[in-house]
Parts: sequence; structure tokens; C-alpha cells
Amino acid sequence: MKQYETIIGLEVHVELATKTKIFCGCSTEFGGAPNTHTCPVCTGMPGSLPVLNKKVVEFALKAGIAANCQINQYCKFDRKNYFYPDNPQNYQISQLYLPICHDGWVEIETSAGKKKVRIHEMHMEEDAGKLIHDEWEDCSLVDYNRSGVPLIEIVSEPDMRSSEEVIAYLEKLRCMMQYLGVSDCKLQEGSMRADVNLSVREAGTEKFGTRTEMKNLNSFKAIARAIEGERERQIELLEMGRPVIQETRRWDDNKESSHAMRSKEDAKDYRYFPDPDLPPIHISDAWIQELREAQPELREEKQQRYQEEYGLPAYDAGILTESRSLSVLFEKTAELCGNAKKAANWFMVEVLRLMKEKSMDPEEVSFAPKHLADLILMVEKKEVSAQNAKKVFEIVFDEDVDPVSYIEEHGLKIVEDTGLLNEILNKIMEENPGPLAELLGGKEKVFGFFVGKMMKELKGKASPDAVREALNKEIEKRR
Amino acid sequence: MAKIIDDETMENVCILAKLSLSEEEKEKAKADMQKMLDYVEKLDELDTENVEPLSHIFGDTNVFREDVVTNGDDKEAMLANAPKAKEWQYQVPKTIG
Amino acid sequence: MDLEKLTALQLAEKIKQHQISVLDGVKHVFEQIEKKEPKIHAYLDTYKKEAYARAKQVQKGIEDGTYTGPLAGVPIAIKDNICIKGKTTTCASKILENFVPQYNAEVIDRLERAGLVIIGKTNMDEFAMGSTTETSAYGVTRNPWDTEHVPGGSSGGSCAAVAAGETYLALGSDTGGSIRQPSSFCGVTGIKPTYGTVSRYGLVAYASSLDQIGPVGKDVADCAALLEIIAGHDTKDSTSIERQDLNFTKDMEGKLMGMKFGVPKEYLAEGLNPEVKAAFMDALKILSQQGAIVEFFSMKTTEYMIPAYYIIASAEASSNLERFDGVKYGYRAKEYEGLHDMYKKTRTEGFGEEVKRRIMLGSFVLSSGYYDAYYLKALKTKALIKQEFDRAFEKYDVLLAPAAPYTAPKLGESLKDPLAMYLGDIYTVAVNLCGLPGITVPCGMDSAGLPVGIQMIGDCFMEKKILRAAKEYETCRGTFPTAEEGGRKA
Repeated sequence: MKQYETIIGLEVHVELATKTKIFCGCSTEFGGAPNTHTCPVCTGMPGSLPVLNKKVVEFALKAGIAANCQINQYCKFDRKNYFYPDNPQNYQISQLYLPICHDGWVEIETSAGKKKVRIHEMHMEEDAGKLIHDEWEDCSLVDYNRSGVPLIEIVSEPDMRSSEEVIAYLEKLRCMMQYLGVSDCKLQEGSMRADVNLSVREAGTEKFGTRTEMKNLNSFKAIARAIEGERERQIELLEMGRPVIQETRRWDDNKESSHAMRSKEDAKDYRYFPDPDLPPIHISDAWIQELREAQPELREEKQQRYQEEYGLPAYDAGILTESRSLSVLFEKTAELCGNAKKAANWFMVEVLRLMKEKSMDPEEVSFAPKHLADLILMVEKKEVSAQNAKKVFEIVFDEDVDPVSYIEEHGLKIVEDTGLLNEILNKIMEENPGPLAELLGGKEKVFGFFVGKMMKELKGKASPDAVREALNKEIEKRR
Repeated sequence: MAKIIDDETMENVCILAKLSLSEEEKEKAKADMQKMLDYVEKLDELDTENVEPLSHIFGDTNVFREDVVTNGDDKEAMLANAPKAKEWQYQVPKTIG
Repeated sequence: MDLEKLTALQLAEKIKQHQISVLDGVKHVFEQIEKKEPKIHAYLDTYKKEAYARAKQVQKGIEDGTYTGPLAGVPIAIKDNICIKGKTTTCASKILENFVPQYNAEVIDRLERAGLVIIGKTNMDEFAMGSTTETSAYGVTRNPWDTEHVPGGSSGGSCAAVAAGETYLALGSDTGGSIRQPSSFCGVTGIKPTYGTVSRYGLVAYASSLDQIGPVGKDVADCAALLEIIAGHDTKDSTSIERQDLNFTKDMEGKLMGMKFGVPKEYLAEGLNPEVKAAFMDALKILSQQGAIVEFFSMKTTEYMIPAYYIIASAEASSNLERFDGVKYGYRAKEYEGLHDMYKKTRTEGFGEEVKRRIMLGSFVLSSGYYDAYYLKALKTKALIKQEFDRAFEKYDVLLAPAAPYTAPKLGESLKDPLAMYLGDIYTVAVNLCGLPGITVPCGMDSAGLPVGIQMIGDCFMEKKILRAAKEYETCRGTFPTAEEGGRKA
């Protein structure tokens, strides 16, 4: 069989984290009863007019700057005309002729090493409403709560060659958007969506094959599966000597197969033209400069800083910066406890373990950094044993309790005075006359037996060191 | 020479505009559009080689809204005119895919 | 008191002086409506009960100082493409037969704050597409001067209502001459303001880059006062302009001496009816007798105005009217099989022939493969037309033109040949393409006794210049008869 190369380009839609929609003052809040976040503008009422949310432009610019894009300092909105009930005006306000950003790139890293993926353009547009099927009446119902939520569409060049690269690219974009604070990029809520353009060509040839566009990809796993499936489908066609048809296909992740979304009524002629309701946008040098200066530290810079400033290994710095929200928690904790290495250790071991056990996203982790910092300090001051601290942290992680009072209330604090220690020691010695005789006789082996008994009885309220010290003193005394 | 409007073009225009015309109406519409296109062909006489298309008469200043929620739940008013609605949603014939 | 003879400003003044009550004015208007509507059919809907109640409320407001404006208490009619909360707004189309907006157009809020009394909705060409008011799905409006003739369009209902004394004032909308041309045909005064001067929020769009709402009234002063009320920046309309000089009624008096008027030669070429031309030339004479400088100059882009206008307007209309699909409001076909059949049947049954014609043309000129040749070419032509107007306004304060090449045609004549009807918009469309202000003032009559209007066009934001010129011209012209006095009794 011939060798084939897969050529992949992506169209990624990212919902921007603005409070209001792109052209009206309706809330963008996710969820909400049907049509409760709607007004004449986002339901396409006659006579209503769009007014652009400044934040959308700002967020698009931030994303463009981070992805090394050129900025179209004079840009416009165009209408994309097509009939569908989720689109109340039957045109979508988007950008075709003068998108806000173009010609950028991001760097991705896979097992094969680092690689640049070029960004063809980024443009602003409005999201559509939601259609659900009503089984009772075999009809569809339309909810316009999402209609008009701002999106940026990021169109890559066909620079990716495998699903691994595609996932790395998506992870990169997601991380970047989260760091910029322009989107939370939640695939489950649809705030990040990707359409995959894929073609195959015989290895070593120059000319691209005919590409198809895959839609309805709701998770990274689905994207990976869809890429494999489509690659195989296209190769099979070519092997049989049949042409690949340029078309849009819908991926069904349950069936792990796709089907063409074609219909006679789907003319695919969007008749784009400049939207007369929205004047052009002028982006001044000063505005760009201002945003550049305010650009937050992105992951790569943070990773570097963690290594230099905190002395963390590259691997740890990488893990801790994977999610912006986790890195924020970590930095706060490190600052509050004054020991970045210790804090890093807690995150690398305990936080990640708990997240994995509970299969949580980093964004869902919500304990107060002060609580972990306090716990770290208590361990440091030997006020709680490391073992107990880990147990307490599980409660902090789940319920965000104050560890100081929790430890106090649950009697987990290490006892300072030796009174309690001696009392328990005497009790254990009395109960175990045989081993005691051996111990006093100089049999070192039974020393461990007594320490173990003590620790069990004390439930971690004293450190092994303190127990040893008390035991030694008692031996001295009794000898 | 202006574009000749044939049946296929009319068919396509009807798909784009979501209109369905009878044969008779289609013939009339075809003739009307042909006449109009022949007339507007006049524009070809103009040399517009170095002319920037003028989409917006004004537009030197940016027009923005601040990102502040100003609308509340107004679904009742929004759905007041719906030809068919169910459970506070607009009801339409089944959509595919 | 002879209420019929009063202008809107005079009526308001008498109300202020307690010589007339607000209700008297409103009652008078409804008497006229009852008397004349069977023949004229200027209205699609009237609000007698609400208007009477509103009249009492406004009367109180005037007395307690809530309403102090110059038009407080005056009845006004609204073109049916302007949304009024809770009132059916049809755009004279079947597709919106039952549409009741839940919001006011910005102009409606402004009228209410100024204490005007809205008395009803006026007929129009369907979605403002037409020049005769014959494309209305709800029957034609007849010209009060001769009911065998059309009132012009698309604001034919508004202009006929003012001409017939069925209202003192009206709002129209002007996309390619839809206020200025019917004003001319009905012997009334109408203004198309500079683009962006009056908010379009709540005006059902025909061609968004060209549409403007404007006043229709009995004379220049009435129109200026109404314009002052409806004009102003609106944050709901991104194309609304923040301008300072909105006190249009100020400095209206002034001599014509030394003012420079330009007349495009091409506007007087073939196609212009000799009687209209004669009336227009008489008006030029009056102006020059007053010391104005009137010059003829060449406007080379004249023959490209109609093609550019119809391409741009149809393209925008095809997109603006996509929202009428039977999903969210308005008409939905009774029987259909599936979504796309519902769309097609709804739109085919809901839209009239002229609207469909423009939607199809607009869809075509934007379609893949033709965008550059038609739509982009039209936008470039628009740029050239704008340049030529800019050059003209370097030389002239005001440009003069007839409002239409002929007087009001007979009913049923125009729609036979759509292209011929479009050509009748030759003197008005460029004003919309370039965003300019224009006013039509009656200037004479043809031999059949139908009125002729002169159009005065200003540079962008130069409303005050055209208002001053129009006011002075009006004074020098002398009283113009009303339809009742001058028209042929049908």
C-alpha cells in the first residue's frame, strides 16, 4: 500500500468571556431557562440594530497579539447570509473581507519536537441559538440565549499532520485563551469548538488533495477519532480509485463515523457583504500598544520564571502552568507560605492526585490558597505531622475548611509538653512488661516496637522524633 | 454583454432568497431581472479601476458599547409574536442533523 | 375657528394660549379622517380612543409644564414601517399582518416626550419598495389632489394624510426619495435628513445604508420643528451621529441674497416633463430675483445613479428581509412540509411582487461570481457620485432639482413597467447614496392641477442651509393652495 500524508487545518471557535453579548446588553451567562437572555436585537426583531461591545474587540486583539498576528487596524463586519432557525436574522454578523487579525503563528510541542502552526486569520462573529429536538411533536425548538454570544474564529493554515499535532494545537490555544482571560474554553459547554479540514496526499507529493470539513466534534477524543476515521475513509476512496468530494461532514462519535451534510437547499453561497448597520472599526497604534503592555504573563514566560525564580525543575514548572487557574492557586500558596518549593511539592503530589482521583478540571479546584499555605506552615513548625496534614488537606480540597481550627478541633495538633507523652509511655510500658525488660536489657530491636505503639496511641499528635526522645529519657531514668 | 439570466440562475436565486415561483412567475421574474441587469450594465462604462468602494458614508469614529448587562428576562415580549411556540421556545419544523 | 387652515406650529401656539384644546385638534383630525378616508385610504390603522385619552393627558402636561415644546398637543401620523409598542406594524406587507412590536422606535419615544399625539399608522409601498404606494398589501392610497392618481411613494400614506388635512404632521421614511417624491406629488413639504441624524432604531429596514426617517408637514417651519424633535444621537443605532447643530428652527429667517445655488444640467435633459420643468424654472426665477446666484453645472455621474442605487438597495434589502421567515413573528404559511418548504411558502405567500423582485435582484448581485461585477462596482460608483457632490458643494451652498420627472401618475400605470418606474427616482436617489439632506417644497402645478415640488439638496449636516433657502423661497412663492382648494374634486 502507498504511504499517505494527512494534511489538517482547523477552524476553532472560541466563545469570549464577556459579560454581555456582542451586539446587545443581554447576559452571556451559560444555562438559564430558554429565551431568558434575549432582546429584540439577538432575536432579530424588525427595526432592531446591533451596537458593538468594545470588550469583544479588546479580547480579539489580545488573542491576536498573543498568537503573533498582524492587526487589521481598519476592519469591518460583514453579513453571512443563510437561512437556519438558530440564526434569527438569517444572516450571521461575521468578518470576511477585513478580519481583525491575520497571519500569526503559535508554537506546539509533540513527541516529535517543536513546530510552528500558522494562523491564517482570526475574526469576530456572533454565535447562533440552540436547537433542540422535541420528540413529542417531532419538531425543533429554538432558544436564542446563545444567539449573539461573541466568538472569535481562529483559522489555521493546513499545517498539521496528525491528530497528536491537532490536540497539541488545541491545547495550546485553550491554554493561551485561558491565560489571556478571554475565554474559559470549555468544550463541554461549547465555549471552544473545532471544525477539522482534512485531506490526504501521497507521501512525497506536493499538491494537496481534496479536503473535507468535519463538524460536531465535542471533545479532544472525538477530534482524534474523527481525524483517524476521516483519514482512513479518504485513503480508502483513493485506493479504490474514487475521488474525495469537497463537502461538510458531520461526525457521529457514538457510531464513530461521519456522513455528508448535504441538501439541495443548502446553496453554500453566503453572499457576504459589509454590514451597513455597523460602522468600520479603527484600531489605533496606541490601543494596540496599551494592550501589549497590559498583556498578562503567558504560560511560556511563567514556566521560565518558575524555574529561575523558584528553582523548580522544568517538568514541575510545565505541569504547574498547564492551567492558568492552577498556576494562580499555586503562586498565591507559594507567596503566603513563603516556600515555593514546598508549595510546588504539595501541588505536584497532593493536588494533582486528588484532581485525578476525582477527575476534576483545574478550573474546578477551588480551595483557598491561604488554607494550604497555613497547612504547609504548620507542618514546617512541626505543629502537625506530615501524615495528618495530608489527611487534613483532603478535607481542605473538598470543603475548603480552615485547617488551623480543624486540626485544633480534631486534636491533631502535635503535643508540645511531654506530660501526655510520658503518661502514655508509662501506660504502654506497664502493659508490656516482657518487651520492657528486653528494652531495659539493651535489646535495641524492641525500641521500634515501643515507638510504633506510641505513635499508634498518639494518632500523630507527636512527631516520631519527640517519641524517640521521650522513650530514650524514660529508658535512662529506669535504668 | 450583461449576464444572461437562465433557468438555472433563477433556480439558484430562488434557493438563496427562499422563494418558490410558479413557471409563469419565474418567466416574468427572469425577464424583469434580465431587463434590469441589461440596464445596470451601464456601470461598465465607468472607469473604477482605482476607486475604493464606499460602503459606509460616515464611519471615522468607533461606535462601541460598554460590556454591561442592561437587559433582563424579557422572554414573554420576545415570544409574544411567535407563530408557534412551546415551553418558551420558538417551534419550527424538524431540522436535520 | 378654522382648524383646517392652521399649520402644526400655529395649532400648538393656540393650544398654549388656551384658544383651542388638544382634544379639539385631535377631534378635528378624526372628523377629517372619517370624511376623507373612504376616498383617500391614507391610513392602515387609527387610534381614536387612545388619541383622545392621550389628548387629555397632553393637555394636562402642557398646563403643568411637562410639555413645553413647540409642537406639544399636535396630532401626528406615523408611517407603518416605524415600530410603536403594542401597535400592529405591518410595513404594508402580508408577512407582517399580525406583528405587534414590544418596543418603540426611538422617534416614537421622542415624539411622546415632546407631547405629540399619535393618531394612526399610514399606508406605504410594501417595505417602502415602490414609488406609488400601490405595492401595499392593503390597498392603494389615492392622491387628495386627484383621486385617480397615486400619491407617490413609498411614504404615500403620510403625504396624502397631510395633504388631505387628515393630520397636521406625519413621519415618513426616505431610502431613495420616499419622502421627497410623494411630498412633491401631494403638494406638501418633506425632509430627508442627513444620514445618521435621526435614529433608525425601530424603523423596519429596507436598505440600512440609505434609510432615514423624516418629517412631512404643511410647510417648512412645521417640518423644521418636527425634525428638531426627532433628531438626535441614539446609542441604540451605531450609525447615529453625534452632532451639535440640531436647533433647526433657529436662524431660519435670512435673505437669499448671495446664496449660491447649483442646478445639475443633466437633471433638465430628456425625460423631464415640460410642465414640471416650467414650474421648476419659475422657482429658479424667484430665487434669482431675490438675489440668489443660480448656476447650471454638469453632474457627469447622473446616468449612473439609478443603477448604483438599485443594486445597493436591493442587495441590502435581500439581506434585511431574510428575517421574515415565519419563525419568530408575522405570517407563517398554513401548510408546508419541512423547514425549507415552510420558509419558501411563507415568503412566497407573504411578500408582494415588487418586494420579491428586489429580493431576487439583491440575492443575485451578491451571489458568488457576481459580487464584484455588480455590488462592488455599485459601491465604487457610489464613491464617484459622492466625489462629484463634494466638488459641487465646494462651489454651491444648495443644489436644486425637481423631485420627480413628472407629476403624480394615474393609478395602475406605474407597476406595468418596473424599470420605467425606477427611472422616475433619478433626482432623489443620489441624495441617499451620499447621505445628504434634502427637502421638497411645492413650487407649482401642471395643467391638470397636480402639484410640482422643488428639491433643495444640501451638503451633509447642512440642513440649516436648505431650511433657510426653502423658508425664504416659500415666503417669496406665497401661499400654496391645499388639495381641497386646488385639487380636482373627484
